[in-house]
Amino acid sequence: MSTATPAVLSAAPAPRGALSYWGLVGHRLARDPVTLIAGALLGAIVLGAVLAPVIAPYDPVDGSIRLRLSPIGTTGHPLGTDEQGRDMLTRLLFGGRMTLLAGITPIAVACLLGGLLGVLAGYLGGLVNTVVMRVCDIFYAFPAVLLAIAISGALGPGLTNTLISLSVVFLPRIIRVAEAATVQTKSLEYVAAARASGAGSAAIVRYHLVPNVLAPVLVFTSTQVSLSIILAAGLSFLGLGVTPPAAEWGLMLNTLRQSIYVDPWVPALPGVAIFIVSMAFNLLSDGLRDAMDTRG
Amino acid sequence: MWSLVVRRLLLAVPTLLGASLIVFAMVKLAPGDPISILMPPDAGKAEIEAVKEALGLDRPLPVQYLKWLERAVVHGDLGRSIATRRPVVHDVFDALRHSVALALASSLLALVPGLMLGTLAAFHRGTLVDKIVSAVAITGVSVPHYWAGIILIIVFSVRLGWLPAMGGPAEPGIGAYVHHMLLPAVALALIPLGVITRVVRAAVLEVLAQEFVLTLRMKGLYMGALVRHVLKNSSPQILTVMGLQFGFALGGSVLVETVFSWPGTGYLLNIAIFQRDMPLLQGIILVLSTTFVLLNLAVDVLQGLIDPRIVRS
Repeated sequence: MSTATPAVLSAAPAPRGALSYWGLVGHRLARDPVTLIAGALLGAIVLGAVLAPVIAPYDPVDGSIRLRLSPIGTTGHPLGTDEQGRDMLTRLLFGGRMTLLAGITPIAVACLLGGLLGVLAGYLGGLVNTVVMRVCDIFYAFPAVLLAIAISGALGPGLTNTLISLSVVFLPRIIRVAEAATVQTKSLEYVAAARASGAGSAAIVRYHLVPNVLAPVLVFTSTQVSLSIILAAGLSFLGLGVTPPAAEWGLMLNTLRQSIYVDPWVPALPGVAIFIVSMAFNLLSDGLRDAMDTRG
Repeated sequence: MWSLVVRRLLLAVPTLLGASLIVFAMVKLAPGDPISILMPPDAGKAEIEAVKEALGLDRPLPVQYLKWLERAVVHGDLGRSIATRRPVVHDVFDALRHSVALALASSLLALVPGLMLGTLAAFHRGTLVDKIVSAVAITGVSVPHYWAGIILIIVFSVRLGWLPAMGGPAEPGIGAYVHHMLLPAVALALIPLGVITRVVRAAVLEVLAQEFVLTLRMKGLYMGALVRHVLKNSSPQILTVMGLQFGFALGGSVLVETVFSWPGTGYLLNIAIFQRDMPLLQGIILVLSTTFVLLNLAVDVLQGLIDPRIVRS
């Protein structure tokens, strides 16, 4: 499933001096133009979202009814205005804060918690493993989108509930990857050697399992970020996420949907934003997988 | 063969039980008192207690769960919708027909080009063709499908006026049905198309690296036959991803069905959520997750049919 060719990457001249694994990963990433562009784009969008209160030209909530649905390129409103006459550029900048927060937080939570649980289940084995893994299996009975919408639907709208439901969606997936990687690493000879030379459980987990499980878990997690963002915005699109008048890309897409008969292009903008961010994360994830030289 | 079917079925039972427990818990954890929706605001305490007792809501939770499960499994009774008072089973299976039709259409729209593009890219690894296919695939997986639906409406309904933007198959006839289904099916097919293309490419590349392919090539086998050999050997992975993507289309169609007002389970789920119609919500999710589990089971069995090594393991 590779987009860049690994052969080209490994043929890149090795830097002087020995590099650590992470140094090597960084070195490879720095030589992959597609990943660099995706990373820069994402960096700019994140920066825009973080700095929205400082750089946004207007207020995100106050609009002027007189200026409703100005087209793209209107003087003073380069990206037009929405159905309540609010500046689109401003709303998109502020919307990014919410969408990125709602999309990335659950992934971070699931990565941390799922990685931990997976390593524990894999290392301890036995009953703990059975219980953790069977519970994960049960969650696999639900397609991801359905599970997210069902939990959010039952709990009701709001950012907190979005974060909860998305964390539940991604947790079992990451546990599975971490568990599989742990079981695989545990059976390697050097772990047995470490144990034979007197290393305790804590030391084995800390120095042998975690570093080896980290790469596959991170690569897998990175493949899920784009889905998480599409789902987070999707929940708001359905009215289950952030509540109005706050700006959020999915919510903006929903409220502007009625206006496509007036002007089709302004309503498309929030979707373009979701699309670009999701694409950038996917490109970044592909680059990361190639650089880490692991099968995600 | 049959032992495989029986074994998988037995393995599916605890999963389905667990899933039903989650569906039950989901609604019990939901905020708000289910009784208050049913009763007029001036209802007295005694009246509320009476309704609670009649609905079995005064019993302990495990008893409620078992009663609910018994009614669902033994009698096929998922309760009545709070809003319409109609049996939930009725509404859910009525909607499921439309969702399955949509999921089948979009899976077909994703599978055929996905197979072709993935195979093409793998056979031309590293060339411009490969790069273009990879770009198409990554675009597919990155598209928010609800937004794609809106763009399709803008282009094909608002601008060109070729296809209907909204609504279900109100008119009779299969022609009208397909006419209405085309845009939502395309919107729903984009992500699976990207995923299938990527998986097919990877699977075919893996087979191409095996020695028997080299032998076939040395024997001078023509391209068509070579492709057939390779695809047959990569079919287990392709089948797995197809099953998962069909599940995505079935369970993930909520957003697309909402955009197009397509009268499937997703549209119904949206209604259930906003009317806080918990029996309906429970019923839809239970039926969809059961369908999904059975679908995965069917994929497992199919894989056993294609590759007898799986049966033996």
